[in-house]
Amino acid sequence: MAGRVIVVTSGKGGVGKTTTVANIGTGLALRKKKVVMIDADIGLRNLDVVMGLENRIVFDIIDAAEKVCRLRQALIKDKRFDNLFLLPAAQTRNKDAISLKQMKELVDELKAEFDYVIIDCPAGIEHGFDNAISVATEAIIVTNPEVSAVRDADRIIGLLQAKEIYEPMLVLNRLRPDMIKNGDMMDVDDINDILAINLLGIIPDDEEIIISTNKGEPAILNHHSKAGEAFRNIVARIEGESVPFMSINAEPGIFGRFWKMLSGK
Amino acid sequence: MGLEIKKLFREDPPSKSQAVERLRLVLIHDRAKVSSGLMEVLREEIIKAISKYVEIDEEQMDIELNSTEKQAELVANIPVVKVRRVLD
Repeated sequence: MAGRVIVVTSGKGGVGKTTTVANIGTGLALRKKKVVMIDADIGLRNLDVVMGLENRIVFDIIDAAEKVCRLRQALIKDKRFDNLFLLPAAQTRNKDAISLKQMKELVDELKAEFDYVIIDCPAGIEHGFDNAISVATEAIIVTNPEVSAVRDADRIIGLLQAKEIYEPMLVLNRLRPDMIKNGDMMDVDDINDILAINLLGIIPDDEEIIISTNKGEPAILNHHSKAGEAFRNIVARIEGESVPFMSINAEPGIFGRFWKMLSGK
Repeated sequence: MGLEIKKLFREDPPSKSQAVERLRLVLIHDRAKVSSGLMEVLREEIIKAISKYVEIDEEQMDIELNSTEKQAELVANIPVVKVRRVLD
């Protein structure tokens, strides 16, 4: 049976696509699935550093597409999991360097061998984006609770529909419980109302993400990270399990903590 | 701390309601523009409905999606040529 081909996209840059790909890929590998992650952001290679694999790259996606090497040779095996691979983006070329036909050939070959092909889509809605969404059969849209990011996500939903991906899944990233409590950040319900697509997961803003990127170790492997927990839930849902959504509540402030102590709750 | 005390006394509505409101408006326009077919279909359906009762000048007809700070509105300017006699 052919593997699932899932594109992770957002429209707006900097909302956490690459982090999401790294964590979902790693999480599926943890569950013994055979996974390949494709960095389709040609010219702005990032997934390799987030995964801590930047020193192992010899060939890249363009080499594989142009048959300079065999596809197998361009795949980088993960440090931690034998069943997790990365097809890195080329750093020296631009997004027009790969054609849709080449992209299709690569993905066809990969999905025959892997359970999951996860594509890290470039920001924007140009050629590279078009290639990435055209070869996928499922999509995950990542957004932040900010007006600009949500607007772009809405546009992406429309563009995915044009490619016959009618049920994209939403990942709502970087929620700040304190700001939501103060009414200064849109909450899950607000964004759900506006975008009206299936919610795959909510991820609290978490400093551990920056620390994990510094180290090149996905946060999903860190059991002290709230974001890591959120990603484990997301992976379970991708695998068809029904997991309740994490509650995004602010930690009690100083008075709340004092009250808790007094009341013994 | 200063921020929290200020929030206790603030008079502005929480900024998230502005975010929701602004998004709602901007998406009405984005979606109408992106699916360029939408306004065309809407125009034809309106002509069909109205033509049962009045004869209109389709050439001069004009439909627009406008917006103010607070709401979006569909403005239709439809010149009537003749009113049909509706059967009792």
